[in-house]
Amino acid sequence: MNHLLILGAGTAGTMMANKLRAKLDEAEWEMTIVDKEKAHYYQPGFLFIPFGIYDPERVTRPKADYLPDGVRTLWAEVEKVTPEERTVRLADGRELSYDLLIIATGVTPDPEETPGLHGALWYEDAFDFYTYEGATRLADKLDTWKGGRLVINMSEPTIKCPVAPLEFAFLADTYFTEKGMRDDVEIVFTTPHEGAFTKPIASKALSSLMEKKGIEVVPDFYLMEVDEDEKVLRTYDGKEEPFDLLVSIPTNKGADYVAESDMGDVEDLNFIPTDNHTLQAEHYDDIFVIGDTTNVPTSKAGSVAHFEAEILEENVLSYINGEPLTASFDGHANCFIETGFGKATLIDFNYDTQPLPGKFPIPGLGPMSLLKETRLNHYGKLAFEWVYWHMLLQGRHIPVPTHMSMMGKVPEEEADPELVAA
Amino acid sequence: MPQVGIAGETIDVNEEGYLTNSEEWTPDVAREIAKVEGIELTDKHWDVLEYLREQHAEGAKLTIRRVGKSDVVDSVKEFYDLFPDGPLKKASKIAGIPKPASCV
Repeated sequence: MNHLLILGAGTAGTMMANKLRAKLDEAEWEMTIVDKEKAHYYQPGFLFIPFGIYDPERVTRPKADYLPDGVRTLWAEVEKVTPEERTVRLADGRELSYDLLIIATGVTPDPEETPGLHGALWYEDAFDFYTYEGATRLADKLDTWKGGRLVINMSEPTIKCPVAPLEFAFLADTYFTEKGMRDDVEIVFTTPHEGAFTKPIASKALSSLMEKKGIEVVPDFYLMEVDEDEKVLRTYDGKEEPFDLLVSIPTNKGADYVAESDMGDVEDLNFIPTDNHTLQAEHYDDIFVIGDTTNVPTSKAGSVAHFEAEILEENVLSYINGEPLTASFDGHANCFIETGFGKATLIDFNYDTQPLPGKFPIPGLGPMSLLKETRLNHYGKLAFEWVYWHMLLQGRHIPVPTHMSMMGKVPEEEADPELVAA
Repeated sequence: MPQVGIAGETIDVNEEGYLTNSEEWTPDVAREIAKVEGIELTDKHWDVLEYLREQHAEGAKLTIRRVGKSDVVDSVKEFYDLFPDGPLKKASKIAGIPKPASCV
């Protein structure tokens, strides 16, 4: 009997458990999945909680309900992986051996990485919204906040769902406008990137949208510390931004066991070096990595994990059959971006092609508009919640191609970023 | 493609002044670009430039944090002190490698 072990029962781990249990003979392969947390969070929903659009209960369901029969589930924290011995030690002392390991333990915001962030101001005047607790506490804060200088800050350039901070800014603009207090709130978006987004055409389009909505963008802002007494953000090169309310996207780090197992990369963020195309761990043939915990150069996002899962399913089966790994991940990411007042925009890109304007053809769903604010995109974003719980986690086919397609897109040289924002 | 005369050579650069052919880079070219950027190159600067060129040749994805965590400098702060206002962009330009693109 062979043993396939999956670490992490989040979006990526759950998809892989469902896909592979359906494909692997139970007489030949036993499967185990390990996770320390029993609740599955619909993470895209965290964005809506601070503004009272979603109730917190709405985003939480039991992980166990989404895992297939025939997969043993262990609720425990991983302590160490020893690839040379093909073993995994859990924090409760149990030791598991594997023939094939899939790592899908994701990343978590770690406010302790930044001096002054996780101190007296935390959950008083400084909040995250990428966690259940942060999003719910921020909802309470915003409910009674009298206004002032709201600063949104990303501690590090590499975070999961890189568009969510922008969405937060747009939704904050809507929220305060609808409350009749927009004039009492200054919204400032500070980012270590060169602009509102990382890729040039989308960055220009989103920057002009920010400007239109009166949101100040402060680029090249690389946070060194939070001065708790002065309530000021300070960068390595001495730039300062004072705040009354800080919405922080803390440094995103992979799980601690990655460092303990000496499997992380040089940036010390516990991202695991992974082949960009096969998703095999760079140093170990019998380990595959999927989702936010890889170091592959594309967004950390559920849509990326979904496209990776299609590739990884094929490559794991090829590996088991002793065949070459022919399925190749192209870095495909696809994200709806809420832009406020019931509209959203949409981006679709990969390693080689930046987000471009145009139409996004999905069989059966029709044309969405890329890099353009529309109501249909907003409904697409909302509809995704159902797709996530009922199709995506089960590993069912979703009518979006795994590889990015140029179909419907305006070529880069013809794209006019001034027009697409309107 | 623009060209500029640096250190007696004609060098191909892009619109932002980054070398488009890192083979055309020489220490003299580095010194001249550094001068324009207002930086006097010390041994420590040269260590960083060498590190960046090596990493680039290996295909590494360069970030400020990666340099800060390397042994070449003690910290991100030191990297900023050596190359103020955008250390990775500035150091890459002087090192004759492309402007590091963010990949997310």
